[in-house]
Amino acid sequence: MEKSIEVHNLTVSYHSKPVLWDVDFKLPKGKIIGVVGPNGSGKTTMLKTVMGLMKPDSGYTEIFGQPLDKVRERVSYVPQRESVDWDFPADVMDVVLMGRYRKNNLFKRITKEDRRIATEALEKVNLLEFADRQISQLSGGQQQRVFIARSLAQQADIYLMDEPFVGVDAATEDAILKLLRDMKNEGKTVVIVHHDLQTANEYFDWIVLLNTRLVAAGPKEEVFTKELLQEAYGGRLTVLSKLGDLISDTEFPLREPDFKEDHPKE
Amino acid sequence: MLDPIFIKVLLGTLLLAASSSVVGAFSFLKGESLVGDAIAHALLPGVVLAFILGDGRNPLFLIFGALVAGLIAHYGISFLEQRTKLKGDTAISLVLSTFFGFGIMLLSAVQRTGLGQQAGLERFLLGKAAAITLSDLYVFAALAVVLLVSVAVFFKGFQLMTFNEDFAAAIGLPVQAIRFVFTILTVLAVTVGIQSVGIVLMAALLITPAAAARAWTSSLRLMLVLSAVFAATAALVGTVVSASLPKMPTGPWIVLALGGIAFISLLFAPEKGWIARRKRAKGNQLKTQRENLLKLLYGAEEREGETVAMTSETIVAMRRQHLDGLRKTLRSLKKEYLLVERPDGFALTDKGRTEGRRVVRLHRLWELYLTERLGMAADHIHPQAETMEHIITPEIEALIVKELGNPELDPHQSPIPYEED
Ligand SMILES: Nc1ncnc2c1ncn2[C@@H]1O[C@H](COP(=O)(O)OP(=O)(O)O)[C@@H](O)[C@H]1O
Ligand SMILES: [Mg+2]
Repeated sequence: MEKSIEVHNLTVSYHSKPVLWDVDFKLPKGKIIGVVGPNGSGKTTMLKTVMGLMKPDSGYTEIFGQPLDKVRERVSYVPQRESVDWDFPADVMDVVLMGRYRKNNLFKRITKEDRRIATEALEKVNLLEFADRQISQLSGGQQQRVFIARSLAQQADIYLMDEPFVGVDAATEDAILKLLRDMKNEGKTVVIVHHDLQTANEYFDWIVLLNTRLVAAGPKEEVFTKELLQEAYGGRLTVLSKLGDLISDTEFPLREPDFKEDHPKE
Repeated sequence: MLDPIFIKVLLGTLLLAASSSVVGAFSFLKGESLVGDAIAHALLPGVVLAFILGDGRNPLFLIFGALVAGLIAHYGISFLEQRTKLKGDTAISLVLSTFFGFGIMLLSAVQRTGLGQQAGLERFLLGKAAAITLSDLYVFAALAVVLLVSVAVFFKGFQLMTFNEDFAAAIGLPVQAIRFVFTILTVLAVTVGIQSVGIVLMAALLITPAAAARAWTSSLRLMLVLSAVFAATAALVGTVVSASLPKMPTGPWIVLALGGIAFISLLFAPEKGWIARRKRAKGNQLKTQRENLLKLLYGAEEREGETVAMTSETIVAMRRQHLDGLRKTLRSLKKEYLLVERPDGFALTDKGRTEGRRVVRLHRLWELYLTERLGMAADHIHPQAETMEHIITPEIEALIVKELGNPELDPHQSPIPYEED
């Protein structure tokens, strides 16, 4: 098997409390790979460590058999959507263009070629008509697609995405999935952090099952059985968090002001 | 008043204010408003020590002192945050008060010797642009230009670091170096800024112009330009007032003018201003009232099993709403053919019935969701659903329906009315 990512005896902690314990696995190239586990199981931490954003206590990670610094331009990272403040003053194009920033063009102007690539990326995620839209005005699904477009603009060989399906409507989820499959067909490797087991089985070729320790890693048929999945995960409450967003976004008054409480129930 | 010295002082002050506000805009966006305040206070001992140890008249020497003190304070704050269990603002306050206290102590010692008065050290406390000598002014103006140029050069780096530092690090940008440059610029911005408004009011100069600018624009570039313009305008006001009226301090006037600009911005800016938001909320309120009326009529039809017309008097009695508000709601519904006015009152059109059914459906779906998924008791859910029925989008509705498995009855055993197609 040709390796894309190798994680070797990795232990990572916050304030000396390990959240990943001696995790060890290798991932293949050219597959869609799911990193799956419940909330707080260390998926984000693992991705951050692979991207060099956190220092491990012990162990190391490699991409394409080399340390990250050697292959950085071939790696693309999509952070969790909630990890940034979407009120930041920028439009969609501004954010996608960030995918063209490099160490060696930090002080240079954005080129025509950069714009062309960014436009193409926006087209792929079906957001071209939103290019001039303020990012604060986007829905959760659109914000997620902006992040994916930025990642496409990097023109990498391996893509690490943290929860790209969270807060996304069904149509967008399908569109993203199709995009990922196209990428795979072009020989790219896609690693997706995902916590929803219902869909994990359908989406991924290969699965890393994580819960602080490595539970299993391998082709999805080998890694887990349906019973195990349902045992590990209960009902979910995605509707609630979506509504919370919507209320704060639209400044809805919680009651009609001149309306009294106890009117007859219809 | 238009003598050459005044003009030079004015230009200098404009530049000082504009340049420090541009750097401050990034602190504002990062949500680090307090850090600038802490650094401003922490500069005092540096400046006074530079005066004691070296040539007090040389502005370069004072800047150097300020820079060292500012950097120590900045890294002191980071150190305390990382190595102790202190929360961010506690660490900031601790550093701020310690440094400032030390600075005041040094300052009174120097002042007792009489030398301080001569050097105008007290101007750092409240700022006194008019007292700046010409040679000072050249140095500070040059520094202001350096700041503006640096922000332009580092624009991409600062932008990405502020928006998404993890991504900046992931693509291999030298984040440590960029952060260091930003820290130096902040310290320098504070150093030049306190020449015009003084230590005590420095935080206002860093943050207020940016907050005002943000209300008007969602473009980072434009926001930086607007911050500079607002700060310069305020500097103009402050300088002119203090030059024309006897014994009027510059700094407080600058900050007052800034406050005025911010107030106007937060009130009147399109979209983000308070008035615009009020308008939006009003729009939502009308939507709520319209939907409640349609729901009322739909509910009546459901009970009677036939089309029902209600006079506005009946509706007022049932909804206990003011007649004025109701008339407006009725007008808007009639205009869109959701209601028709018949001799015996208002009745739903087909279009209105579909809309009323939708609201009732959302209400019942949400009640069911609350009981099924959140385990709330059936007699507690109604008020919640009253609000949510106006908010839930078709997208979320579909999600709820799917999650509940196309339910037919709500918790009160009323049918959930779907569109038959
Ligand atoms: N910045 C942080 N400081 C302290 N603990 C953290 C921090 N970030 C995450 N953790 C903890 O580390 C664990 C793993 O978190 P994370 O990697 O985000 O999990 P996942 O992405 O699987 O939900 C959780 O228990 C979380 O509470
Ligand atoms: Mg996570």
